[in-house]
Order: sequence, then structure tokens, then C-alpha cells
Amino acid sequence: MSIKVENLSKFYGTQQAVKDISFEVKTGEIVGFLGPNGAGKSTTMKMITTYLTPNNGSILVNDIDAQENPIDVRRKIGYLPEQNPLYQEMNVVDYLNYTAELQSVPKESIPDAVKKMIKVCGLEDVKHKDISELSKGYKQRVGLAQAMIHNPDVILLDEPTSGLDPNQIIEIRKLIRDLGKHKTLMLSTHILQEVQATCDRVIIINNGEIVADGTTDSLQKSFQGQLNIHLIIKKDPKYGREKLISALETIKNAEKVKVISDDENSWTVDLTATKGIDVREEIFKKIVSLEMVLLELHQDETSLEDIFRKLTT
Amino acid sequence: MKNSLTIFKRELKSYFTSPVAYIIIVVFLIITGWFFTSNLFVAGVITMRSVFDIVPFILLFYIPAISMRTFSEEKKSGTIELLLTKPISDFEIVIGKFLSTLTLAALTLVPTIVYVISLKTLGPVDFGSIISAYIGLVLMSGIYVSVGLFASSLTENQVVAFIVSFLVIFILFMLNKILVYVPAPLVSMLEYISSDYHFSSIARGVLDTKDLIYYFSGMSILLLLTKTSLESRKW
Repeated sequence: MSIKVENLSKFYGTQQAVKDISFEVKTGEIVGFLGPNGAGKSTTMKMITTYLTPNNGSILVNDIDAQENPIDVRRKIGYLPEQNPLYQEMNVVDYLNYTAELQSVPKESIPDAVKKMIKVCGLEDVKHKDISELSKGYKQRVGLAQAMIHNPDVILLDEPTSGLDPNQIIEIRKLIRDLGKHKTLMLSTHILQEVQATCDRVIIINNGEIVADGTTDSLQKSFQGQLNIHLIIKKDPKYGREKLISALETIKNAEKVKVISDDENSWTVDLTATKGIDVREEIFKKIVSLEMVLLELHQDETSLEDIFRKLTT
Repeated sequence: MKNSLTIFKRELKSYFTSPVAYIIIVVFLIITGWFFTSNLFVAGVITMRSVFDIVPFILLFYIPAISMRTFSEEKKSGTIELLLTKPISDFEIVIGKFLSTLTLAALTLVPTIVYVISLKTLGPVDFGSIISAYIGLVLMSGIYVSVGLFASSLTENQVVAFIVSFLVIFILFMLNKILVYVPAPLVSMLEYISSDYHFSSIARGVLDTKDLIYYFSGMSILLLLTKTSLESRKW
């Protein structure tokens, strides 16, 4: 139940869309495939689903070669293409029956498979409606249901939440997490929160090349620079601005202290600490010892967004 | 073949969930019905001749109209990607779509049996030649549907698919009518390629293997071309 991609390349005419990429997705992993638009995410997914053939390299799904045995590989894969294409004139149940038949689900277990997907994907209320009448969120559920109807080992979702409203996005993400529990799941997206919300691991791709590959935590650690701590301190008539700064500067490992705003009741201070050292406790103790009131303290983490921007521009 | 059958059923059903198929069938029946009745009493002969003369002309428009959407629509909406990533072969898809479109074409001919029945009430009818003419029409539709599928597989624009298949079918149909302008060595070849030449010989009541081979080989070649055109995404 794994995907193994080795030295994969794909040309569109003379333009190279995917450049010699290799990666592996292990059983049970949820991997986010992240990259700006046009980075080669969809192309790579289409090659894994055998819709396109690579110019170079190999793809193994469950140790089956995708180019030698495309039909066997397709049986293992559930796929939701970009834009979620559906037969608009069919109703939900008919469509799921049709997909199940094409996925060679045994005839006697089709009704159960359809019933199960309707339940899991929350389609009970709309199951007899035509797909064209459904809202975008429900259409997306139908798309997910058709991808999973044959209980595939590997699920590939190409931008599963694009075009949904925030509530729908949260619902679909939850659904993906639930469904992905015992599956190998790979989803592509250009939305960073999506990866943080749903994935165990992230592969960042840019211009057809993999630029980062790791868990979100490990990526954040390895790209972490100096920590910036943001403080809001209540004004106290006993202390002036200068005095506060000099007091904060005495904290061990504090490198730079800067008051960034100064209003009627409080100071907002940014404090930069030496790389890799947590000074939050020291700051708290210091301010307490000065008998001042700390209104707010938080440490800016290097967000995935920063990493993404660093890697893809 | 089981997969082709699944696709066949869905496609055929989708023709009848939209009003298009009904409208086309009604128009088809009005035109053939008019030719049938108007000639029947003028000529005073018990024959289906006038119907079988006009239907090949109607097919020129009718078949491109019902086959233009087969692949174009799926390409445009992206559902082709779903279909081509299912564990089925490209050829099974082509066969499923071919059979469903041909079945729709054949179903359109079914109500014209009423004409035959009404002829029967007027006098003796030559059933042999009528049956073979129906077979000829289905075979002719078959080769036109294959052209239509191929044209549809080339583009995601249904109008383009219609025009391309109409042009090809029109040329196939007209070939045996321009033979006087053609140098002698080419005559027999062009005649053989012409769809109408073979239909006329079948419609006379002679089911010749030569004609059957023409239709079946033509369909096979065009369906293989369609399959190749689907595979071209991988090139």
C-alpha cells in the first residue's frame, strides 16, 4: 500500500513539467503535495494514476509497475481529479453505482458499497438529486465518494478543497482525515493551511523539482531562524520607555529589543532572541520582578508559509 | 466486455434523460413520415422506397448530431479523466460508446416499422428487401457513428466535432455520385469506399459479403483510430 516514484520526468513538448523527481509515500501516510500553480503537482498525480505516461522514470503502486500494469494499478487507486469532474445529468446514487461497476466492485456488494459511501460522505439528504443541482460542497463529497467506492489502498486527491467556502473546507478536511486513517493518501494543494490541517508529511514542489520533503514539524525546525517574541506590557508611571528597554536588554540571550508602538495604556515590544533558545520564561520573570503587568506574550514561529515562500520564489 | 456494457447502459440512458434525443427522433419521424405518405398516394405503389431513399440523407446530419458529444463533452468537463483512470481499457470505452450511439440510431428507425405495417394493410409487401434495407441502414449508421466518435475524440468542441464528422460522412456518401468526373482507374476504388454504393446494393435485397466486409472493416479501422486518438494524451 505504498507509492514509490523514481526519477520521474515529464515533458510537454519541449517544456519539462516534472524534472527527475523521486519520493516515496508509505502505507498509512497522509502526504501533502504542495506547490504554486503550475509546479507539476497535477502532472505527477496524473502519471501515478496512469492517465499520463512519464517520459522517464518509474512509478510503483503497491510494488506494481504503473506503466507495465496500468489496469492493476488503477484498481488500487481512488482518484479525485482537479476541478472534480462529474456527470452532471446523473443522480448521486446512479452515479455511484456506475462508478462501482466500472471499478469492478462485485455486483452483489455494490448496493452496500454505495450505501456505505453515502453514509460516510454525508450524502443521505441528496442521494436522489441530480448532481447538477448540488452545491459545490456536496459535489465535492460526491467526488470523494466516487474515489473511495471500491475501498482503494491508495487515494489521490487533486486540490480537494479548491472553490469551497470556509465551512465546507473544514468539513471536507475532516472527511479526508477520517477517510485517510487506514489508507495511503496523497493530496495536492497550493493552500498551506490545508497541509497543516490534514497531512503528516509535506512534499514541496517548485518548477517540477522537489525542494523540500519532511514532516511539517521537521520542516519548521530546519527552517527556523531567530525567534521573535512579541510582548504587550501595561504602562506603569514608575517606569519610562527607556528604563523598560534597558531592563529587557539585560535578559540573557536577548539580542535586540525594540518598542514598536506606544499607545496610551501599553507598549508593544518586539524582542529577538538568540537562535534556538527559548527566553519566554526569562522575560516573564523579569517583568514580574519589575512589578509590571504583562498583557500579552507570544513567540512567532516560522510558519510553513514562510518556508513555502522561501522555497518557491 | 462487461465494462463496455456498463458504459453502454449509462450512455444510452443519458441520451434519454435530456430532451435532445426525443426532439431528434420526432424530427426524424416527421421528415420520413412526410416522404412516406406524400409519395405513397401519388405513385400508388406499395413500397418503402421513398423512405429508404431519404433516410441516408437524414443520416448525414443525424449521426453527427448524436455522436458529436460522445468524447467532446467528456473532454470539456474533464470526466474523461475519471473514465480513463478506471480499471478498464481504452478500447472498452470506445466500444461502449459506439454501441450506445448506434443503438440510439437504430431505435430511431424502429417507429418507421409502422409504415411497413400500414403498407401491409394495402397489399402484398416484399419483406425480404425491406429487412435487408433496414440492415443496410444500421450498417451505414454504424460506419457514420464510427466517424462521429473519431471526430469527437479529436476535439473538446462539439461544434467542431459535428462539422468534421459531417464533412467526412458527406464525402463518403457523395463518392459514388461524382464518378463521371473521375479518371477511369480510380472509379472502382472510389465506388468501393462510398457508403451509399454499398447501401444501394443491400437495399436491393442482396446481402453480399463484399458489402458486409466494407462496413465491418470500415468500422473497425475508425474505432481503432478513435482508440489511438484517446491514447494520444500519453504522447
